[in-house]
Amino acid sequence: MSSPINLQHVNVKLLVKDPESVDLEPLIPVFHSWIRDHVFDELLLDVADYRHVHEGPGVVLIGHQANYSVDNTDNRLGVRYNRKAPLDGTNQDRLTQATRAALTAFQRLEAESGLKGKLRFGGREVEVFINDRLLAPNLAATLEAVKPELQAFLKKLFRDSEYSLSHGADPRGLFAVAVKTSLEFALADLLANLAS
Amino acid sequence: MKVSNTQWKEKLSGKMPENLARELDIYETEIALRKQGKIDERLFAETRLRRGTYGQRYDNGQRYDGTKFQEITYPSGDLTKGPNTMWDAPGMQRIKIPGGGLNADQLETMAELAEEYSDNIAHVTTRQDFQLHYIHIDDTPSLMRRLAAAGITTREACGNSVRNVTACPYAGTCQDEVFDVTPYSHALAKFLLGHPDCQNFGRKFKPAFSGCAQHACGLTNMHDVGFIASTRNENGAQKRGFQMFVGGGLGTVPYMAKLFDSFVPVEEILPLTQAIARVFARLGEKKNRNRARIKFLVHDLGIEKFKELVLEERKTLAPDLRWTDFVKDAEQFVEAPLRQAGEWPSAASEGFQRWLKTNTRAQKQPGYVVVTVALPLGDITANQLRALADIVRRFTKETIRTTIEQNFVIRWVSQNDLPEVYKALEAVGLGDPGAGAIVDIVTCPGTDTCKLGISSSRGLAGELHKRLAEKSYQLDESVQHLHIKISGCFNSCGQHHVADLGFYGVSRKVGGFAVPHFQVVLGGEWEHNAGSYGLPVAAIPSKNIPQVVTRLTERYVADRTHGETFKDFVKRVGKVELKKALEDLAKPPADPSDRSFFSDWGDPREYTLGDMGVGECAGEVVSSIEFDLAAAEREVFEAQVALESGQIEKAGKTAYQSMVHAAKALVKINHQNISDDPGEIVAEFRTRFYDTQKFWDPYAGGKFANYLFDAHQKASQPHTGDSSRYLIDEAQLFIDAAHSCYNKMGTAVGV
Repeated sequence: MSSPINLQHVNVKLLVKDPESVDLEPLIPVFHSWIRDHVFDELLLDVADYRHVHEGPGVVLIGHQANYSVDNTDNRLGVRYNRKAPLDGTNQDRLTQATRAALTAFQRLEAESGLKGKLRFGGREVEVFINDRLLAPNLAATLEAVKPELQAFLKKLFRDSEYSLSHGADPRGLFAVAVKTSLEFALADLLANLAS
Repeated sequence: MKVSNTQWKEKLSGKMPENLARELDIYETEIALRKQGKIDERLFAETRLRRGTYGQRYDNGQRYDGTKFQEITYPSGDLTKGPNTMWDAPGMQRIKIPGGGLNADQLETMAELAEEYSDNIAHVTTRQDFQLHYIHIDDTPSLMRRLAAAGITTREACGNSVRNVTACPYAGTCQDEVFDVTPYSHALAKFLLGHPDCQNFGRKFKPAFSGCAQHACGLTNMHDVGFIASTRNENGAQKRGFQMFVGGGLGTVPYMAKLFDSFVPVEEILPLTQAIARVFARLGEKKNRNRARIKFLVHDLGIEKFKELVLEERKTLAPDLRWTDFVKDAEQFVEAPLRQAGEWPSAASEGFQRWLKTNTRAQKQPGYVVVTVALPLGDITANQLRALADIVRRFTKETIRTTIEQNFVIRWVSQNDLPEVYKALEAVGLGDPGAGAIVDIVTCPGTDTCKLGISSSRGLAGELHKRLAEKSYQLDESVQHLHIKISGCFNSCGQHHVADLGFYGVSRKVGGFAVPHFQVVLGGEWEHNAGSYGLPVAAIPSKNIPQVVTRLTERYVADRTHGETFKDFVKRVGKVELKKALEDLAKPPADPSDRSFFSDWGDPREYTLGDMGVGECAGEVVSSIEFDLAAAEREVFEAQVALESGQIEKAGKTAYQSMVHAAKALVKINHQNISDDPGEIVAEFRTRFYDTQKFWDPYAGGKFANYLFDAHQKASQPHTGDSSRYLIDEAQLFIDAAHSCYNKMGTAVGV
């Protein structure tokens, strides 16, 4: 199964539980410490604070290969991984890499004492974006073309559990799908599913 | 970085203007050649800068993590895009928007670029540009092609070139304007873009247009060349022209523009500007970039001599049809509304009423208003840009402009539509009231992304915005309209000189640690196109600045006379008194365990801990230096007070002495027995700090030391009001640099 669309610059956003209880300010020192301590293999560079912007990118950890953020775009707060550098491999490899990175970052955030356990994974909702309009315009045709790839990936991620999939309608936006599962998952379970 | 970079050229073929498409092909080739080492890094740097592609903080490959400097190992290794600027380091892309005018498609393009190449934020600047941050240079050709296809160029958005031509965003709608300056600003922008006479400047050149003299919208007084609309009667008919100013500019030491001519007919504005450009290119400083702006040339020659040279140059120009081609159309130029004129809305919610009061401005055309969309810190998301595109399509003929206060204005909104426009803006978080008010703070990027930043201007602005917004409706009416403007360093990108309450970043050492501070600048005037420049009163730790705002505004409310402006209040009460009122806030925290002062707003890293003084001779020498620098600072303030009381000669002399004393403070570190002789102090300073480059600023080089050398050389000359004023600014900057030098000495030099 191979899609005619090259899925590069994959973004994965994992929606947060009880977003109204989350204060983004403590994320700033956390992200600075991640840069200082080289917590990922990727090169991390800077922290950008956009808390003042309505439904914006929140607090962003800027990296060379990718950005990490706790993002509130569309008033949907989530931990987001934004892959910037191209990746070799198949579309499945790239979907897996971005999802794993988002899950790992979220796991780390859940464990950060500075966040006092307030940032928790909702367990059911994941958004996937392709941050390149030329590769993947936000059209129904794109969805049709990538659906088999996505379904194969989601089957692996959610272990055959039921899920619904919706597609953003504005053709001006990034290609985006929102996935909602019927069962609730823990981050560790999803990571294990990807590893299996 | 984007996989699609190889495809945009073909995709947009035929959709870009031919000349732009060709230029961008060349630019892409230059990138390839630089990667192969076939273009020198300096040449490449100027090439990309002239396309608006800047470096950003940490692009030299190191970053302070709060405890130590760490090397950043970028994948492209040692490849650079300029001296000391690593190839892979994220950069900033500036995008020129002449007069701030955009259409809906262009807003949508900006949204796409912010999402795909940046971090989902577009930033509006104080010169009506856009900036996108964290851009990889490999993405810039695609980004520029997409802009070109939307009719936008980044050409000459930076570098030693003609920058964005700014214009009053209310032009054509303002009740007080003489006439609509829009078509004239566009004609000048088009004429100067890439003009051969504008390719050999020593520094940048910024033009601005205003439709009137009394408001601030054009800020013509602080521009290299400024135009204020004017008319005169010629044979019974109104003839259009401009009051033309030249040689203004902020920068480290602000200069007020000089009147070049009280009436230049519209047919002459292009050729005269061309002649000015030629004189600037020929006679302007080239080697010392710190004195290369046209303001120095005008000052050194005097306006009369400068004008004489320009008029001579004008005679030599070969006629050019473009000088006058636009004039007839310009006189007919008019924007049209989409909807019929309407009535002012009556019953409404409290929030709507507040918004109506601060964010709308009646047009001279009855039934229409200009709506201001206030952007916090000048930032807007991709989704908000698209929503704005929808709104301007629905309610107007896409008449939207950016402003120099980092906002948008939507023009030609029918009063009937105001409830719906408010609703649509509010739905996407763009309906906040307070446009142009005290909560609408202007700031440069500061330490967030700028390589030159000293303190966190955006962090401070965010904090002030939050605090003021919470209580803005309780604030006295007189305070609501004050302007706060913040720069992260002395370079004035946040326009702190023309604010009621201006701040610029400096650092000071407290107890052996560097502490982020801001200089409080008072006495500036935003109105009258930046009618006067403020001067620094005191350096205050960043964390105390909110208290400075509270204290000064409360004092103003309590003590102002009827109708007194803040500027007049500052003048009447006096800076001595106001400085005294802030004295306790300038002190370090009483509790030494309170570490909050040692980090900046929005950045928890301990501020310049790497600069901590660990030298062998702590103790007395350290405190003696701090004492001496504080004394120098007092002196420069006394100079300011003398100037304001009309004692010009005393002001100039005291400013000079303050520099000598600051220099002496540094010299004393290793030469305790230095005499009081200025000649010896300056000579020792030169040997020990200038020749060794210990005093050098990482980006300004020896600029501040040269202020001392120049002042010493001219010490016996009499002073004028202007020269004293410039010397006071220079002395303050020299003292700030002495503090920075002393901060650095702990680790870099050892004392």
